[in-house]
Amino acid sequence: MTQPSRGGEYDVAVIGGGLVGSALAWGLARAGQKVAMLDEGDIAVRPSRGNFALVWVQGKGLGMPEYAGWTKKSSDDWSGFADLLREQTGLDVAYRRPGGFMPMLSEEDLQARANTMMRLHNQPDMIRYPYEVMDRETLRKELPFIGPDVVGGTYCPLDGHCNSLRLLRTLHKGIGLLGVDYRPNHRVERIEHRDGGFRMTTAGGEIRAGKIVLAAGHDSARLAPMVGLSAPVRPQRGHVIVTEKTAPFLHHPTVYVRQTDEGGVMIGDSFEEAGFDTTLQPGVSSAIAQRAIRFFPLLGKLNVVRSWAALRVLTPDGFPIYEESKTAPGAFVATCHSGVTLAANHALTLAPLIAAGGLGDSFTPFSAGRFHVPQAA
Amino acid sequence: MFRRLPEIETALNAAGQTVSFTIDGRPASARAGDSVTAALLANGVTACRTTAVSGAARGPYCMMGVCYDCLVTIDGTGNRQGCQVRVAPGMAVETQNGKREVER
Repeated sequence: MTQPSRGGEYDVAVIGGGLVGSALAWGLARAGQKVAMLDEGDIAVRPSRGNFALVWVQGKGLGMPEYAGWTKKSSDDWSGFADLLREQTGLDVAYRRPGGFMPMLSEEDLQARANTMMRLHNQPDMIRYPYEVMDRETLRKELPFIGPDVVGGTYCPLDGHCNSLRLLRTLHKGIGLLGVDYRPNHRVERIEHRDGGFRMTTAGGEIRAGKIVLAAGHDSARLAPMVGLSAPVRPQRGHVIVTEKTAPFLHHPTVYVRQTDEGGVMIGDSFEEAGFDTTLQPGVSSAIAQRAIRFFPLLGKLNVVRSWAALRVLTPDGFPIYEESKTAPGAFVATCHSGVTLAANHALTLAPLIAAGGLGDSFTPFSAGRFHVPQAA
Repeated sequence: MFRRLPEIETALNAAGQTVSFTIDGRPASARAGDSVTAALLANGVTACRTTAVSGAARGPYCMMGVCYDCLVTIDGTGNRQGCQVRVAPGMAVETQNGKREVER
């Protein structure tokens, strides 16, 4: 049985309460919209509670220069975004942009990495940004604790990181202050488009809204076809290990290892196709720990305090989908696997566009239509 | 403050089973078989560390390996559970100020 919603009608219902949904709800409410954010309960697939917390630019967007530009824009806006959050909520999401490294363990890998960065920047319409390919000695001046196996790496001054759990908490506090109606235990079962609006049947009753934004991560794959959209996402598992808190010694984040604002060292960057299974695989944990120790041998002295596996939300090409439905105008989908990096864009750029009514032509490359092009023979 | 029971103190002195070690560089002595944490308490050190984030003082609580509040630096290695390590002759025990340091 469904029950009438207590809050009545909303301008926008954001479906999903993770980093993407929360950032959008925050931005929509700031743009003056009356917003409901519909979330599942405690038991849900929640990549936003398991990620690595990089705000990362280097290397992204080979094959889609618009994504590289979109990523760079978010990185450029992140500091101001963190300031806005702190002014509003009093919470510090610990955003730092000291520049990030991708260290390499063989000359072949370093050469391949350098080639990738060059091809990325040679793309037509690429918005270029500074980066460096460093040999071992140059790298060691910036990262003094690298091990003997590290031959060099790439560096980009735009890369940074934050405390992503605190980001999620801060956004939730922020949307509360902005009057967003946060509704946990409101898993959306059905969406109907009628009379220019949307009616959602949820586990917590019926919700009506003039516009909806699908930001449900993995569940967007199920929801999108209900409103004429497509979100072909799959889970890709990654393991993370966290050590005991340690006095600061790693002053730059790397793709594989970073030290958090509170001192713990996070170790990550595994990729497994394993469906929705989040069971820890000791073999994978062990492999990423051993690789991390090759990068920074002194990590071998640290005690591990936690480890987990989480599920990236990946499209077939790894790039985001942002699109408004043609058959059900007012229904939007936003999905990506970089909910931390892109949070500034979602809050400060995408949300105001959705509030104003549409995404515009610049988002056409992010349409899911790119997956439906007939393959050339 | 903590003090050994008088009969234990007497027996200890009679047997001569004492261990010499250092606390933050100062000479100290304990009874053979003491845990590092017990040895600290017996030497009047009740706050053995400050916390990693807020810097609040902490002392041993459970004495059985569960609470992780007795963390100290032992022979240069930080975050050791003092209650799980037996004090040894010449051991250098240091109270730990905030986060452990991995570089030393």
